[in-house]
Amino acid sequence: MNGPVTSAKLTPSPKVLLATLTKDLRLEWRSKDAINSMIFFALLVVVVFSFSFDPTGDESRQIAGGLIWVAFLFAAVVALNQTWAREIRNQVLDAYRVSPAPANDLFLAKVLGNFLFVTVLEVVMTPLFVVFYNLRVLGAAYLLPVIAVLGTWALVVNGTFFAAISLRTRSREVMLPLILFPISIPALLGMVEATKIVMMGESSAKFWIVLLAVYDLVFTTVCLTLFETVLNAE
Amino acid sequence: MKAPLIIAVVVVITLLGFGLYQALVVAPTEQTMGDVQRIFYYHVPSAWTAFLLFFVNFLASIWYLVGRDNASDALAVTTAEVGVLFCTVVLITGPLWARPVWGIWWTWDARLTSTLLLWLIYVSYLILRRFSTGGQTAVLAAALAIFGFVDVPFVYLSIRYFRTQHPQPVIGGGGSLHPAMWHALLYNWLAFSAFAVLLCWLRYRLERAQRDMEETLALEALLEGSRSNVR
Repeated sequence: MNGPVTSAKLTPSPKVLLATLTKDLRLEWRSKDAINSMIFFALLVVVVFSFSFDPTGDESRQIAGGLIWVAFLFAAVVALNQTWAREIRNQVLDAYRVSPAPANDLFLAKVLGNFLFVTVLEVVMTPLFVVFYNLRVLGAAYLLPVIAVLGTWALVVNGTFFAAISLRTRSREVMLPLILFPISIPALLGMVEATKIVMMGESSAKFWIVLLAVYDLVFTTVCLTLFETVLNAE
Repeated sequence: MKAPLIIAVVVVITLLGFGLYQALVVAPTEQTMGDVQRIFYYHVPSAWTAFLLFFVNFLASIWYLVGRDNASDALAVTTAEVGVLFCTVVLITGPLWARPVWGIWWTWDARLTSTLLLWLIYVSYLILRRFSTGGQTAVLAAALAIFGFVDVPFVYLSIRYFRTQHPQPVIGGGGSLHPAMWHALLYNWLAFSAFAVLLCWLRYRLERAQRDMEETLALEALLEGSRSNVR
């Protein structure tokens, strides 16, 4: 039986983090597993949506915010599901548990890796969206990257954590979205509403951007505090 | 443990009965909505009780991560299950109220939507417990419970702001309550809380008993195995 939880180190050192991150990026660059499946999945989602929501002029600007983020959310889940699978396959996770390296380094490396993958996805998909839906941004376009960064971080930080939790469950791939989506809804609402406001050029997206920023801060802290506990749960 | 249990059940039934009397007979009829409004005395106390239970679940989860004892984990499961039960009551009484008053079953007003999200979060907690393999279910579930509860202020704030931008009919109404209505509401809250405590007590005993039984069976199997090995 485990004893009481020892205090987790909250401030990671760069060496281990960078090593893990570059390892993941290199593996991904060589296989391009996650990126390819994510991009294709997002594309499919866009096409299916175009049948359900007929993209004509003004309407499309209103719903674009929601559609774009739902597509990214589903595609991100594809990437997140694979996050830890590679580690389990070669018993890397066990090796990491036994090593003296702080658990939060591993966590942040995974989060940053996923963040980069999803950002690449967004950079690729956004022009496609603009083309398919004939979008023009009526509001402050410079806010869109800010929203994208904050929103993506929110999805990825919780997603990576819950992917670690769902490792030891039946139907692992279903369990991740099942526990991720309810908790992410405030962030999703923020992303969608902020994007919609910026696209429509009406009112101010300030509340939603602040909400996203606070959400990111709070949940990154919670993740860093609890990750070591979850990693060591065996 | 028979006598205290019977006394508790009697007390709870009395309180619930008194609450019913207060709600249906004593409280004055509401001006605009008529007698349908009386469902308010079940809708609101259920919501408060559910929130209270989820808060206890949060505390029990933290306590479990610190101390790793069976009692706090059993309490976490118990309060989550009973909390989801009361939350379900809120989600059913809401539409039952909305239909005659507004003509629609569901309204995405701030309160109902927030309650739905709360329900989703804790149902996902229960599903994680059910689907988890291996011995560390309690740790993983406790982590999820902490996430879920930390999320509650965000859920509340975001949906409230969202809904003030898009006004919808509000179930529960604003404004002041007649004192007799306050009394009925508070009596019912007391009754529901007592009912919740009783349910939790029963469920907690069941959970502890189940775990003890499992441990005993496991121990027996272990001894059985070692005995046959020696022979």
